[in-house]
Amino acid sequence: MQVSRFLRNTILIELFVPILLLTIGIYHGLMQVIYRSGVIHKAAVAKLDYYQGLTLHGVINAIVLTTFFAVAFGHATVAFYLKKEPNRKATALSMWLMLIGTVMAAAAILSGKASVLYTFYPPLKAHPAFYIGTAMLLVGSWVAFFDWVVIYVQWKKDNKTNSTPLAIIGTLVNFTIWFVCTLAVAYEVLILLVPWSMGWTVGVNVPLARTLFWFFGHALVYFWLLPSYIMFYTMLPKLAGGKLYSATAGRVAFFIFLLLSIPIGVHHQFGDPSIGRGIKLTQAILTFGVALPSFITAFTIAASLEYAARQRGAKGLYSWIWKLPFFRKDVFLFGYLINGLILFIFGGLTGLINASYSLNNVVHNTSFIPGHFHLTVAGPVFLAILGMSIFMVSQLTGKKIFLPTINTIVPYLWTVGVLIFSVGLMWGGLMGEPRRTNMGLTYLNPASEQFHPYWVISSMLGLAGGGIMFVAGLLYFIVFFGTFFSKRTAAPVIDFPVSETLHEEKRIPIFDTFKPWLAMMGIILFLTYLPAISDALNNTGKKAPPYLPTDPTPVTTKK
Amino acid sequence: MIDTFERKIIITAILVMGVFVFALFYAVGAHKADVTECLPYNKTYETARVEQLDKTTYQIFYVARMWSFEPSVAYIPVGSEVDLFLTSHDVVHGFNIYDKNVNMMAVPGGVSKTTIHFDHPGVYKIVCHEFCGTGHQNMQAEIIVNYPKK
Repeated sequence: MQVSRFLRNTILIELFVPILLLTIGIYHGLMQVIYRSGVIHKAAVAKLDYYQGLTLHGVINAIVLTTFFAVAFGHATVAFYLKKEPNRKATALSMWLMLIGTVMAAAAILSGKASVLYTFYPPLKAHPAFYIGTAMLLVGSWVAFFDWVVIYVQWKKDNKTNSTPLAIIGTLVNFTIWFVCTLAVAYEVLILLVPWSMGWTVGVNVPLARTLFWFFGHALVYFWLLPSYIMFYTMLPKLAGGKLYSATAGRVAFFIFLLLSIPIGVHHQFGDPSIGRGIKLTQAILTFGVALPSFITAFTIAASLEYAARQRGAKGLYSWIWKLPFFRKDVFLFGYLINGLILFIFGGLTGLINASYSLNNVVHNTSFIPGHFHLTVAGPVFLAILGMSIFMVSQLTGKKIFLPTINTIVPYLWTVGVLIFSVGLMWGGLMGEPRRTNMGLTYLNPASEQFHPYWVISSMLGLAGGGIMFVAGLLYFIVFFGTFFSKRTAAPVIDFPVSETLHEEKRIPIFDTFKPWLAMMGIILFLTYLPAISDALNNTGKKAPPYLPTDPTPVTTKK
Repeated sequence: MIDTFERKIIITAILVMGVFVFALFYAVGAHKADVTECLPYNKTYETARVEQLDKTTYQIFYVARMWSFEPSVAYIPVGSEVDLFLTSHDVVHGFNIYDKNVNMMAVPGGVSKTTIHFDHPGVYKIVCHEFCGTGHQNMQAEIIVNYPKK
């Protein structure tokens, strides 16, 4: 379908800016593995400190890229499926809030005043611009969401008996989760941290801030993941040349995500004081509940792909797999999505290990954790974002993909890199290798008395995998910017591949309404988070003054 | 409304999750493997010390600060049961004795607690695994477990 010049430009900016920033993010990804493996024994390279680089890597790759993409993809999805473009004022406001917020946060980090990593745990203090910038980025994404809700409600009034398209259900579920979970982090940032970082309040309740952060922090990963799920359900079967096995399964999966994405955040805090074991155990078990929609998705997508392969003439119990269009340039998106799914098998299983209550003692905060989440956020999430970004750029600018062969092999190269990288990190993690640590200075420096030879081989594997990932990233940038700056050859459009369902599916009212699900979501959240927050308030003995990462004395006592 | 294969896979997935949850309870019940215990905070936890309760029972009160643990070295006889208490003097730190599966956070204003047994002699390294500032990579401590002097 045709889109207005305004919407086209908005979406293009929201795709271009984060991919441009991603060059910094991926550079620092490479630097991490170089520092960590002990190739260099330095605190900083090119005037950028290890922890500053790690902050850039986390904030750009995990917050900026994902949020911009979710909003851009949401605009396109809403316009494409509901045949109505979002409101101009709201869309422009949302874009400017996100852009200005990103610039503020980036300036704070680059100036070295916010090297607090993307989790910004107090009482490490960042410059207020970092907190306010991040909050503006989040609020900008809300504005876009509110506008889509208005469009959806109007559409539903006009189409009472039509089932809402699956992609729209997915988008609205995703942004509902996002809105609810970001309320907690907005409270943490704006009410607890900003006044404290300005020096207006003396102390902050650290366990409370951590609990609020993880109310947001785990739901965040589903916010990253659900756009990929939308692509898996609504596009992947079509790209493979088949049909979606069951759209109802997709609806069930999305609504389970709505219920269970948030009330599991305490599984990041198994090692924390102040929070009771009962609530930790409860949220561990609920985490297994949220694995359910992923199992459903794995089956539904596998069944859809098998159907597609058989349509292409495949025979045999397993050999149908080879009939899928893995290296076809015209459906390059298939390669991006299928590689993400393959990585997610391992990402999901290692996630269950992390969530398994006392088993978490083996892996918590070791490099097993980044090993795990590079199989998820740098797997299905990142590959879907890369693939869909170049797909939309090519369509919306009416330009042909630059170097299509390279574009087709990028996801495969990336996948090989991530697998090696994650094996290295997870193996090291099982041997106690800490995450978020400049190991080249001490643990992997033979000149240091803290030298730890067991971690040499595992961190070298991380380096090898990280190097391959960097090359894949570099090739992607060549393709992306090459496409962006080439000559227009066709009229700009948005034309997503749309999977039909294999069976005829009737509208099921309970899977076409939000109200009962939202009510249940509220009840579950209340029951699971009330005890956690009350524990954090009641068991905490003192509030903490702010500290700079460079100085063991608190900021406020210096006059 | 849901096709038979789809229904079977949902039931199978629920059963698989059930096995995992059972394993989780089994580890807690049969192997006494549990996560950090939660204690109400009081000021005495901010004094780092090692206390001997009886012949084979010890308590170590760890205080983490930028960028060291106190006590930085603790001597414990083989065969002891040790209660570990942990708090932080300044920012958030991590505390990991990896081959003992002790893994806790040191949070200002909160007290983490766990109990371990030392059945074999050795030098057990403790590594801070949460970013706590520019000296984070230096932050470690040791528990030295040896046979008691006769």
